[in-house]
Amino acid sequence: MAVTNRQIIADVLTEAAYKDKDILVLCSDSRGSGSMTGFFETHPAQAIEVGIAEQDLVSISAGLASCGKKPYAVSPASFLSSRSVEQIKIDVCYSRTNVKLIGISGGVSYGALGMSHHGAQDIAMISAIPNIRVYIPSDQYETRFLMQQMVKDNEAAYIRVSRNPSEDVYAADTQFEFNKAKTVCEGNDATIIACGEFVSTAKKAAGLLKEKGINVRVLDMYCIKPIDKETIIKAAGETGNIITIEEHSVIGGLGSMVASVVTENCPCKMKILGLPDEELICGSQTEIFEHENLTPQGVADEVIKLIKK
Amino acid sequence: MNAKQLKNKANVLRGDVLDVIYKANTGHIGGDYSVIDILTCLYNEVMNISPETVNDPDRDRFIMSKGHSVEALYAVLADRGFFSMEEYKNTFSKLGSKFIGHPNNELPGIEMNTGSLGHGLPVGVGMALAGKLDNRDYRVYVVTGDGELAEGSLWEAFQSAVHYKLDNLIAIIDRNGLQISGTTEEVMASGDMAEKLKTFGWDVVDVKNGNDTAELLEAFEHCKKKEGKPHVIVAHTTKGSGVSFMENKAAWHHHVPTEEQYLKAKEELKGQVQ
Repeated sequence: MAVTNRQIIADVLTEAAYKDKDILVLCSDSRGSGSMTGFFETHPAQAIEVGIAEQDLVSISAGLASCGKKPYAVSPASFLSSRSVEQIKIDVCYSRTNVKLIGISGGVSYGALGMSHHGAQDIAMISAIPNIRVYIPSDQYETRFLMQQMVKDNEAAYIRVSRNPSEDVYAADTQFEFNKAKTVCEGNDATIIACGEFVSTAKKAAGLLKEKGINVRVLDMYCIKPIDKETIIKAAGETGNIITIEEHSVIGGLGSMVASVVTENCPCKMKILGLPDEELICGSQTEIFEHENLTPQGVADEVIKLIKK
Repeated sequence: MNAKQLKNKANVLRGDVLDVIYKANTGHIGGDYSVIDILTCLYNEVMNISPETVNDPDRDRFIMSKGHSVEALYAVLADRGFFSMEEYKNTFSKLGSKFIGHPNNELPGIEMNTGSLGHGLPVGVGMALAGKLDNRDYRVYVVTGDGELAEGSLWEAFQSAVHYKLDNLIAIIDRNGLQISGTTEEVMASGDMAEKLKTFGWDVVDVKNGNDTAELLEAFEHCKKKEGKPHVIVAHTTKGSGVSFMENKAAWHHHVPTEEQYLKAKEELKGQVQ
């Protein structure tokens, strides 16, 4: 059965919390959507409900962290990243507290619920603040790897995952490097840099292109900040033609960050794919992706266009 | 220290705050003077904290939610030996200084950075909750402004502190009745704060003169009770307290004295130290 990344996060924390009593999970009436109901049952003394109060969710977490606790604030990405952005800026980043923010149901996971529930600006908002890292893992294996890193360190991070099960990109025994993009496919004609849900889309697009004799490199940039500059520069030099794809506004997200690295170090042709700067059409996540042409075929078409440009 | 010694110390420190603001040509002197008696009591008599125990997990915690009154906080901390008064006076607000115009927790004794209003109390809820989880006896003290009470995030904390029965949390509202644009009642009426907070479930102590150290010490003593309710002291203070021409004037929220005013204020303050 397909597993969600949010469930993997809950599993890693549930296991780690048996040994490390300082690990706490805080929810804002979001334990169900965060897959944390089990954690609340197995670790009642390490589970804190703050009610529908996302600002205080973050401030209380910061207060706990300042006293040596290791809080994980779990709330929908849309609210956590925008309702609480000032608490993230001041209480977490500026005060340098070890708070891990888990943005669940990110991007357009809540498709038909409308713009209020779309977390499509979180990279832009949080990445612009110093003293915090931003991660969007792709599948269950990468999510598990990332969370195993998170429970080991003492610095702030924002981790965004989707609501629906994410397709497996990797085999169960895949090895990952922390803060290093994962090369999903090798190739030298173009590079697709993706994160989150779109890594599997990019992988499929590379498959379609291969049939046409076009060899595309696919990079899984789960580490949005600190971004893996070295791997981007290498790709720009070796393949040119960089396409980025993300479940985020085309403004201020992965594409913008890759573009900064490319422009400053190794300029090449680029195309940024993502959610348009407009209110999105009503529909499920999959329907919205199809409507915006964010499909394997759509991405493959964009790669060909860029190469010919 | 007794109440009289504390009042004397607060008045001496008012002079230091005046020096700092006059020299740096910036600062929030009105709020500094309304809150400085509270801070002097906390750091010299009430709280279990000293320069030697800044990292002790059992220390009492303090958060200045009305971060703009930082000049008073830095003065009280410098006087207690957390850092050098001379360095503070010489570098406040200067390029590269650690003495930023709002609390900076790179300085010993400052727990959390504030500046934007409405943050301190919810952070204090987190600290108090950590104390409960770890069965530690420390208390958490948070000073908020009264204009600050218009921030909704504070009311989230007024609710959660009661929910979690945080009797180790003491909020002090610096109720000076003025904010930058005028009286709190003109700008955004806060009404009978004591009554509101009682309804929320807090143990409320109304201090008639929040610049009277004897009254403050009594209120702090009362707040040591641990009976399952968070405590709030509504301290009716005077903005600009201690300098006649600054008292109860919103204009002194953020105003730098002229040379003449500086000298006059120095003189007045000197007269009050017994």
